[in-house]
Amino acid sequence: MNMTSIPAGPSPSSTPPDQTGIEAALEAVKDGAASSERQLAIAAAAPTAKGESARTWTEVKPQRKSVIPEGLWLRCPGCEQMIYRKQMEANAHVCPECGHHFRISAAERVRQLTDPGSFEPLFTGLSPTDPLKFRDLKPYPDRILAEQLRTGATEAVKAGTGFIKGRAVLVCCMDLTFMMGSMGSVVGEAITRSIEMATERELALVIVSCSGGARMQEAGLSLMQMAKTSAALARHDDAGGLYISVLTDPTTGGVTASFAMLGDVIFAEPRALIGFAGPRVIQQTIRQELPEGFQRSEYLLKGGMVDRVVPRHELRNEIARVIDFSGR
Amino acid sequence: MSTFYQLDFEKPLAEIESRIEPLEQQLRALGGGGGVEGGDGASGEVGLESLEAVALREDIRRLRGAHSAKMVELYANLTPWDTVRVARHPKRPQTRDYIARICKEFTELHGDRRFGDDPAMVTGFARIGSVKCLIVGHQKGRTTQEKIVCHFGCAHPEGYRKALAKMHLAEKFNLPIVTFVDTPGAYPGLGAEARGQAEAIAVNLREMSRIKTPIVSVVIGEGGSGGALGIAVSDRVAMLSNSWYSVISPEGCAAILWKQANEQTNSAAATSLKLTAKDNLELGIVDAVIQEPPGGAHRDPAGTASAIEKWILEQIEDLRRHKAAMLPARRYERFRKIGVYEEVSG
Repeated sequence: MNMTSIPAGPSPSSTPPDQTGIEAALEAVKDGAASSERQLAIAAAAPTAKGESARTWTEVKPQRKSVIPEGLWLRCPGCEQMIYRKQMEANAHVCPECGHHFRISAAERVRQLTDPGSFEPLFTGLSPTDPLKFRDLKPYPDRILAEQLRTGATEAVKAGTGFIKGRAVLVCCMDLTFMMGSMGSVVGEAITRSIEMATERELALVIVSCSGGARMQEAGLSLMQMAKTSAALARHDDAGGLYISVLTDPTTGGVTASFAMLGDVIFAEPRALIGFAGPRVIQQTIRQELPEGFQRSEYLLKGGMVDRVVPRHELRNEIARVIDFSGR
Repeated sequence: MSTFYQLDFEKPLAEIESRIEPLEQQLRALGGGGGVEGGDGASGEVGLESLEAVALREDIRRLRGAHSAKMVELYANLTPWDTVRVARHPKRPQTRDYIARICKEFTELHGDRRFGDDPAMVTGFARIGSVKCLIVGHQKGRTTQEKIVCHFGCAHPEGYRKALAKMHLAEKFNLPIVTFVDTPGAYPGLGAEARGQAEAIAVNLREMSRIKTPIVSVVIGEGGSGGALGIAVSDRVAMLSNSWYSVISPEGCAAILWKQANEQTNSAAATSLKLTAKDNLELGIVDAVIQEPPGGAHRDPAGTASAIEKWILEQIEDLRRHKAAMLPARRYERFRKIGVYEEVSG
C-alpha cells in the first residue's frame, strides 16, 4: 500500500530533482506564501500549454529523467526496436512495431480520450499541503514543489467533464508523472468530488488509473482516501450510476485496493502492471521467481479480475459502447 | 518477570528486576517467603521476623516502587518506533485473547464460501455484556506453528471476503459489528494476488460504508495499511495507546524513501508517518484512544480487555440511538471529511 516498486521505467518521484532552477522558485514561494501566490509562482515557472511563457522550461529545468522517455529516437521496451518518437506519439504513444503501450501523462490521456475541445477541468483549485510535516531525505513540501514545477500540474489527477464520442462523461485521469500518481488528500478529494458530481448529475463516470498507490507523505490521511473514494462509489452505485474503471500501467497499492477495482466494468490496457503488492515485495515475501506475465492485464483477464483488455486505440469505442448499454 | 521478553528500551526495568530477584531468594532462604508477593499487605507478620528479613522486605518494596515508577516513565515517553515494537510484542494480547476475555460466548463462523477459510481472519457471533454482536478480527498467532498458519496476521482475499460475508449476516440480523484490527498488512503473495487481494479489500471498503448496522473497531496492535482498513470502515474507531495505524509499516516506508531499512531509518519513518494513537486522534482518523495499563497491554491483559469492553459497549449503546438505516450516511460523513488540502477558487 505504498509507492510500490515498479519495474520498467525510471521512477520520477525518487529522482532527486535538479536544484538550480527549482531553488529560486522554492525561495519565491517559501513558507508563509499564500496559496494563491504559490499557484501563481507555479504557473509562472511551469511551461504553458502553448509554450509562450516568458521563461522557457529549459532555463528553469535542464535535462532530467522522466517516466516518459525523451529524445528523437527511443528504444521500445516491448520489442527492443529503435522507433521514431514522433511516429510513436502520433500513434497514441503506442509502439508502431509491437503495440507496446507507453506510459502517458494525464494531459495526454485526456486529449486522447475526450472529444476535441470538450474537456472542462474541475477542482483545479485543490493543492496539497504538508499536514504531517513529513520529512524523509527531503521535506515533502520541497518534493511537491519540485513536481509542480517540473510537470506544471498541481497534483496527480486531472478531473473534468467532457464527451467521449458524444456521450457526456465525468472523467478522472491519474497522472503518473506527478509523484508516481500517488494518492494523497488532493487526489482523494478530487476523485470523491468527481464521483459525487457524477452521481448528482447522472453522468457516466470514467476513471483512468495509474498509480504507485497511496502517498506515504500523507500517511494515514492517504489511507483514509481509500475509504472515502470507495464509500462515494457505494453511493454512486446505490443511485444507479455507471462507473467504468480503466487500469493502465502501472496500477498498484491503495489505488488498486480502492476505486480502481470497483468499476461496474473494468478495462485494462494491454500488458499493464496491475496488483496490490508490487512485484518486488512479493518476490521478497515468497523468495521465488514470479511467473511470466504475473500481474499483467492478460493475467488478470484470465483470472477473472478485469472485464476486457482494451488497446488504447479502442478505448473510446469501448467506453462509448458500455455507456450505451448502461442507458446513461 | 525475569523470563519476560524484553524490548531494549526496557533495559532499566530488567536491571531493577535483576536486583529484586536475589533479594527475594534471600528472603525465602530466611523462611519469610510467604509474604513477599503480598507487598505492603504483609506488614502484619513483620513483627515476628528478624531484622534482616524486615530490611530485605523494605529493599524489595523500594525496588518495586522504583520499577513501577520507571515503567510509567518509560511508557509515557515512548518514541513512535518504540511504540511500534510494543505493538508487536510477542506477548501482546491478540484478537482471540480479547474474545476469550470479553465475550461471554463465541460461535466461530468459518469460510468465505468461495475459496477457503483464512485463519488470519476470525469471525463469529458473540455476546459482549448483554449485547449480541458479530466479531471480526485479524489473528496473528502465538506459537510459531500458529503464526505460520495465520501468516503472521496477514490476511488473504478469502479472509476479507469471509469478513464481509459475515458482516452481511450481521446486517441481516441487525447485530452490531465489532472488529479488532491487528495486521502488518494484507498478504503480498502469488495466491493473494491471483485471487484478487486488491479487489477483496476494495469491495470491503465500499460495502462496509453502506452496511446498515453499527460498526465499531479497535486497533489492538498493528494497523497496517489497506489490510487494516479492510475491516475498519466503521462508525467509531479506537486505538489502544500502544498500537500503530498508518498507510505503510515504518520498515516499508524507510526502504522506499530512505532507500534502506535499519534502526535509524525505521525510527525516522515511524516518526514521520505519525502512526501513533495520539497522532491519529489529532488527525481525526480515529475517534478515541484506549489507554493501556503502564507497561503495555501484555503486562495487564485483563485490565486492557475491560477498558476495551467498556469502550465498545458505550459506542454500541450510543450508535443504537440512531436508526440503522441512517448509519451509512453518518459513516460516509465521518470518512468524507478526512483529508487536508488547500483550495483556491479556480
